[in-house]
Amino acid sequence: MGSDPPVFGRRDPDARGYFGAYGGRFVPETLVAPIEELTAGYLAARADAVFRDELDGLLKHYVGRPTPLYETRRLAGDLGRKGRIRILLKREDLTHTGAHQINNALGQALLAKRMGKRRVVAETGAGQHGVATATACALLGLDCCVYMGAEDMRRQALNVVRMRLLGADVRQVDAGSRTLKDAINEAMRDWVANVTDTYYLLGSALGPHPYPLMVREFQSVIGREARSQTLDQVGRLPDIVVACVGGGSNAMGIFDGFLDDKDVRLIGVEAGGERIAPGRHAARFAGGSTGVLQGTRTFILQDEAGNIELTHSISAGLDYAAVGPEHAWLRDLGRTEYAHVSDAEALEGFQTLARLEGILPALESAHAIAYTMKLVRDVADGTIILINLSGRGDKDVQSVVEALR
Amino acid sequence: MTRPWAPGRSANADRPASAGLSGRTATRLGRRRLAATFARIRAGNIGPGLVTYVTAGDPDLPRTEGILRALDRAGADVIEVGVPFSDPLADGPVIQRATERALASGTTLAGVLDMVRRLRADLRAPIVIFSYANPILRLGAERFADQARDAGVDGVLVLDLPIEEADQFRALVASRGIDTILLLSPTTSDERLRRAASLGSGFLYAISRLGVTGARDAIADGAEEMVRRIRAVSSLPIALGFGISKPEHVREVGQWADAAVVGSALVNVIADAGASLDLNTRVEEYVRWLKS
Repeated sequence: MGSDPPVFGRRDPDARGYFGAYGGRFVPETLVAPIEELTAGYLAARADAVFRDELDGLLKHYVGRPTPLYETRRLAGDLGRKGRIRILLKREDLTHTGAHQINNALGQALLAKRMGKRRVVAETGAGQHGVATATACALLGLDCCVYMGAEDMRRQALNVVRMRLLGADVRQVDAGSRTLKDAINEAMRDWVANVTDTYYLLGSALGPHPYPLMVREFQSVIGREARSQTLDQVGRLPDIVVACVGGGSNAMGIFDGFLDDKDVRLIGVEAGGERIAPGRHAARFAGGSTGVLQGTRTFILQDEAGNIELTHSISAGLDYAAVGPEHAWLRDLGRTEYAHVSDAEALEGFQTLARLEGILPALESAHAIAYTMKLVRDVADGTIILINLSGRGDKDVQSVVEALR
Repeated sequence: MTRPWAPGRSANADRPASAGLSGRTATRLGRRRLAATFARIRAGNIGPGLVTYVTAGDPDLPRTEGILRALDRAGADVIEVGVPFSDPLADGPVIQRATERALASGTTLAGVLDMVRRLRADLRAPIVIFSYANPILRLGAERFADQARDAGVDGVLVLDLPIEEADQFRALVASRGIDTILLLSPTTSDERLRRAASLGSGFLYAISRLGVTGARDAIADGAEEMVRRIRAVSSLPIALGFGISKPEHVREVGQWADAAVVGSALVNVIADAGASLDLNTRVEEYVRWLKS
């Protein structure tokens, strides 16, 4: 393994945080200095072997990495391609706290500590990032405050209880659509007011530079592991990698391991919601255009006047109006592709994986399963598909029961 | 490197450019209007300077017209016209609610610029458009600059467009005689203060405290020191805002800054008056009280 490419710094954006025409730092003046402090702090930390060793140690002994690469046994057969295609799952659902968010939350919480901050604020949609942040803060002795939309608190009630048990102050957000976007606005307002002692622990590859870079690098462990595990267990690289895309951090994390393997197709799956019409979905590449939201220039869902449209998805974690800027850039370059599946298809994916493999996927990850179920009809014999199973579905059981009623 | 503000790169770049050039005369005056206003304030003829902010379209655009006329009659030295945006992450609850009312009444950036064009000739005070980046980007930065010039806008302040992102935008509006107002915060380093001093025009807007917009009981402790830091590197007029709501605040700020900015407190007056017939009177009385 000595010839692996360097973990960090391999694909940095330009000095102003742009990936091609996307990214940047569109923030109020008060946040410029803290963001510069954060950038300097992060660049110093990632170059510091002590920091990396501490994070690696926690990922191994606390998070339980490496997570398994599991080859499904019945899924391909059920789809009529028994013995002719192979479907692999990268099991991020088996991490401590049950989703990939812990990789980033631990990395940033260590950074917050290193920077001398005593308080952490975060936003959460599905609650997985909030739980991961509350966990990391409990572990490292940091105060933790999590903003969450009222609608998300309702549909992810279990995660609200988990965060509170972990010692976090969960604050309800009643603005806008009362989902992830509104929670980010509120977390940023908190940060603006408390910049001196507070660290903003953003949960996806979004927001102003350096967040898209930093979050992707903390999540890139998924892709590094998955690549080497696929080579070990299957003897070659996958043909297609599929991941769901909300902000896009689990997808960036797994794609990152395969970006240089030009023959590997990388497909991100967005939330198609009920249908591709304003307010009914969260598929930015299908129904969006370029704009600036919450610090970054990327594809967003907006109306003619530049106001952000309401979004809808059965999955709280994908229910967001902007996509990470690096996705927009990789799509421009033709390196990644994007598709979307509907709420109904995601529910089908959720149930299929439960019934055939004994795994309850998060509704977010169920979008990647559902898209793969459509994709397998059209691929050649011998195709190997790798899916990032980004989180587990315990949190979604109530939503699924309601939706199926 | 392409930048979002580069001419022709906007989402609506394929739209025809604005045809009207009727505002050119107003624009030529506009360049002078902010400078002339602050020159009069500095000459000490009109008491402490007062910059007023309202959210356009709250409760609706026709009534905003009446409010702007009332502000002008009452002696507001500069009028900031806020463009409502769905995600006002630098604003506190008062302006968030105003924004929701303005959006509910169908207010858009294009509509705000139309209103300014209709009113411009009737108002004495310079007009500054106060916006988040995305509505401007959606309209197209160059198209916005054309329409703002035609409307007779004197200055533009974009809340989430820090100096680093503002180069091309500043050039676009400057070439049309419009000032770019830059924000400075207690967290702004001396080096950035110097950059802002060399790049800003019209006046510099100093934020008196960390946090979002909203009225407070007292002026922030570090505000005077902040103004002193800016004075050390710039001769531009300085308006200090965030948290100002009373005449004693305005007088106190006027002792060391060129003007005080009142936003949330004024927006509260408008919210309280709501649909009542004496809306304009209440606005006028409040501003006269602030200037007293």
